[in-house]
Amino acid sequence: MTTPAIRFENVSRHFGEVKAVDNTDLEIRDGEFFSMLGPSGSGKTTCLRMIAGFDRPTAGHIYLYGQDVSDLPPYERDVNTVFQDYALFPHMTIEDNIAYGLMIKGVDKKERIKQVDAMLDLVRLPGYGSRKPSQLSGGQRQRVALARALINHPKVLLLDEPLGALDLKLRQQMQVELKSIQKRVGITFIFVTHDQEEALTMSDRIAVFSEGKIQQVGTPSDIYERPATQFVAGFVGTSNLLSGAVAKRITGSEQMFSIRPEKIHLGAENSKPEKDMLTIDGVIRDVVYLGLFTRYLVEIEGGSDLVVIEQNLKTTSMDVLSAKGQKVRLYWHKDHVSHLGN
Amino acid sequence: MLNHISTYLYQRPKLILRLLLGPPMLYMLVVYLGSLFTLLVNSFFSLNDFTGLVVYEFTLRTYAKLFEATNLGIFFRTASMAMAVTLADIIIAFPLAYYIARFSSTRLKTYLYIAVTLPLWSSYLVRVYAWKLILAKEGIVSWFFELFGIQFILDKLLSIPEIGGSSLSLSPIGMFIAFCYIWLPYMIVPIQTALERVPKSLIEASSDLGANAAQTFRNVLLPLALPGVIAGSIFTFSLTLGDFIIPQVLGNSRYFIGQAVYSYQGTAGNIPLAAAFTMGPVVIMIVYLLIARRLGAFDAL
Repeated sequence: MTTPAIRFENVSRHFGEVKAVDNTDLEIRDGEFFSMLGPSGSGKTTCLRMIAGFDRPTAGHIYLYGQDVSDLPPYERDVNTVFQDYALFPHMTIEDNIAYGLMIKGVDKKERIKQVDAMLDLVRLPGYGSRKPSQLSGGQRQRVALARALINHPKVLLLDEPLGALDLKLRQQMQVELKSIQKRVGITFIFVTHDQEEALTMSDRIAVFSEGKIQQVGTPSDIYERPATQFVAGFVGTSNLLSGAVAKRITGSEQMFSIRPEKIHLGAENSKPEKDMLTIDGVIRDVVYLGLFTRYLVEIEGGSDLVVIEQNLKTTSMDVLSAKGQKVRLYWHKDHVSHLGN
Repeated sequence: MLNHISTYLYQRPKLILRLLLGPPMLYMLVVYLGSLFTLLVNSFFSLNDFTGLVVYEFTLRTYAKLFEATNLGIFFRTASMAMAVTLADIIIAFPLAYYIARFSSTRLKTYLYIAVTLPLWSSYLVRVYAWKLILAKEGIVSWFFELFGIQFILDKLLSIPEIGGSSLSLSPIGMFIAFCYIWLPYMIVPIQTALERVPKSLIEASSDLGANAAQTFRNVLLPLALPGVIAGSIFTFSLTLGDFIIPQVLGNSRYFIGQAVYSYQGTAGNIPLAAAFTMGPVVIMIVYLLIARRLGAFDAL
């Protein structure tokens, strides 16, 4: 078994009373694209900052490829960061920005220029070397920040919500580009984001954070299809959560479970579902037509509301909107149910 | 009626600009640049040594006087003092400004701000005379040296030719101390403002890319704070160049530029020479700013 790129051992970071990160264990594998996903204040950025060395854990240890780096200053760690605000040095040219790490290491000028040019090619900004950061657009600065970090060939690259400031289109383009750059350079990427869609599309594995604790670590499909906790089910995509008497009526157990809106079929009142299907009857209370699909709010027997999403394969807006008030039978495969811990 | 005026103005942004900028521009041109120009003109006149009257004819004779050994000495002495004071103030102010900008809480920042600017609330003269007492032979500073039995250090310091004297309050060293104190707020505030504008992430980025504290200071912090340092040094340098009170109260009998101007325009009635003397600091400041620009001090603005 290979040594993990990053290993957290009972790591805590407390700011006075506030437990930003609380007694966390985590392993990030060599070469993977790993995302830390969570709302703001969930501890994901603090974890990243502790890996970079800007923050020190109040308890526990952090290992970088087996070496305990918990107390090393940032400049003695083989880790580089792409900052949320890019943090390009405004008084230096793009070339000097990218070459900064090499300049500090004492690499000679000729070699520096050669490597900077290679980096500018990698991030598709050839010929921009002599400009100043203020002359570049947000997306271009983003690439420079990436090049400035990658030129040092770090063991791990940390990205702190690097796409947050970009508009949607550029963002999607950069997501693809980041992923392909990661494949090419083969470095472990640790990506912090609060955008679940971003995390799902880009990552090999995801850790979901909430209130200083990791709720679940897994592949995007694990996280989406098999959420481990109520928080994960609610934060990643939308989920219907049912528990107590209503749950017992459907699954035979009072334990809370989640079911994704798109997994639920909307059947006629007296339709007979196949075996292995769970069913419940209800009345459509609200319909929202969204073009690509329609969102129904169904009040089920026992009093809870379920959100159901159906693609508009054959239906038109006229059809779906007239469904309001109809009695329906909902059914879904029992494998799509995730039973949740607390 | 008022509404009409407001609508009328709203539709004419250029008129508003003229109305707002007009008075200060007029003041700037007439009072400020005008008096500077008058000085320049006067410096090209000369004084008739026999009659003691000003001869209103263009001549470079007055400027030639500036190049006499005594007068060159005055320039050299004043400029050296200004330079020393500026350097010392930069060294004292930087850590203070850095602390205020980076480490203090909002609350503490307010208190420190007040602490820095508090001396400016009291009269300049009072503070200079206070320093005269502090630095006097029987003052608290020499008492302190005696208390620890290190009087010999002070004596040694005061026996240095050129900058020493019979006591601290009668020596260029004493003047230097008072100058540093008096102008310090003018150095702290601009540096602090400049440092405040440097995002924390730039410092983190530098250390992330392998730079230790000293390298980060040299490559990132200092270049970005330089405009503030230059702004502060313009204050300390030019204020020292023109001051005539501290040299008079604390110094020895050797003149500084300010004193020379003061005495030539006063009792001596030699307005042309006083004007020519005044042009000295103007030229020195212009040269200083050109050098600063050449060194890239304004690149990060």
